[in-house]
Amino acid sequence: MGQRDVGRSRTATERPALDPESAAWVATLSDASGRTREEAYERLYAMLLRIARSELRRRGSDTRINGPESDDLAHQAAADALLAITRKLADFRGESRFTTWAYRFVILEVSSKLGRHFWHRPTEALDAEDWDRLPDRLGLDPAHESQWRELVRAFRQAVDDVLTDHQRQVFVAVVLDGVPLDALVVRWNTNRNAIYKTVFDARRKLRAHLVTNGHLDRKAGDNT
Amino acid sequence: MNESSARIERFLHTDPRDVGCDQAMEMLHIYVDLVATEDGAAARYPGMAAHLRACGPCAQDFEGLLAAVSD
Repeated sequence: MGQRDVGRSRTATERPALDPESAAWVATLSDASGRTREEAYERLYAMLLRIARSELRRRGSDTRINGPESDDLAHQAAADALLAITRKLADFRGESRFTTWAYRFVILEVSSKLGRHFWHRPTEALDAEDWDRLPDRLGLDPAHESQWRELVRAFRQAVDDVLTDHQRQVFVAVVLDGVPLDALVVRWNTNRNAIYKTVFDARRKLRAHLVTNGHLDRKAGDNT
Repeated sequence: MNESSARIERFLHTDPRDVGCDQAMEMLHIYVDLVATEDGAAARYPGMAAHLRACGPCAQDFEGLLAAVSD
């Protein structure tokens, strides 16, 4: 994967001027008057709670929770996001509007809590590998099985032949079992990037193997 | 290449510009504000755009934050 994105132009010490609304948020959340500060935090909490609720609604059936359970999760996400914002307020650099920066915390909290919630009600038994699911996971049409039968067989073999044990374990969980990355983060006490990187590397290795063995075409500029 | 091979090719495709989840999450608010207010965010941050095309969970967070700021 790439390193820093080329679009990033400011150095760590540069701080753009805050827009008036963002400056007002930072000022009230840091105000020496306890009452002003409290009111700002209450207002921010109400906004975070509204975003958490709407985000859970937006994700809809993916979350497999509803009603009081969903609202409880929204409150937890808003409270944890507010705590993180309080701790990191000094880090806000004005590279976005304050509210966008603050909402990011609650969106990430919703994702994290849904990952944890997945294990309360996993959809399928995940202890047995069902390779018959692979064509469906790859989005292949059963009506065209004659097109893909041999390629899928080679794909399946490549998973065993070229992936490390760890890559294979992650690949099976993510691709075959369809376990959300954020749920694996909880189960394996890791982070989203580590799992994504493992799948990224597994994809590259599988493709290189299938190209080398003539199952997929080599592209112009291909370095696999 | 038939349609089935093309699907597997897309599934296995990786973009070397992809910045990964850590950086994507770190700059999500900056990217979302750019997308919400002006054109050209993907051209300015190609590695971020590549990541959001490939990573379902980060794309979900991006869509959620964009919806929140567009409310």
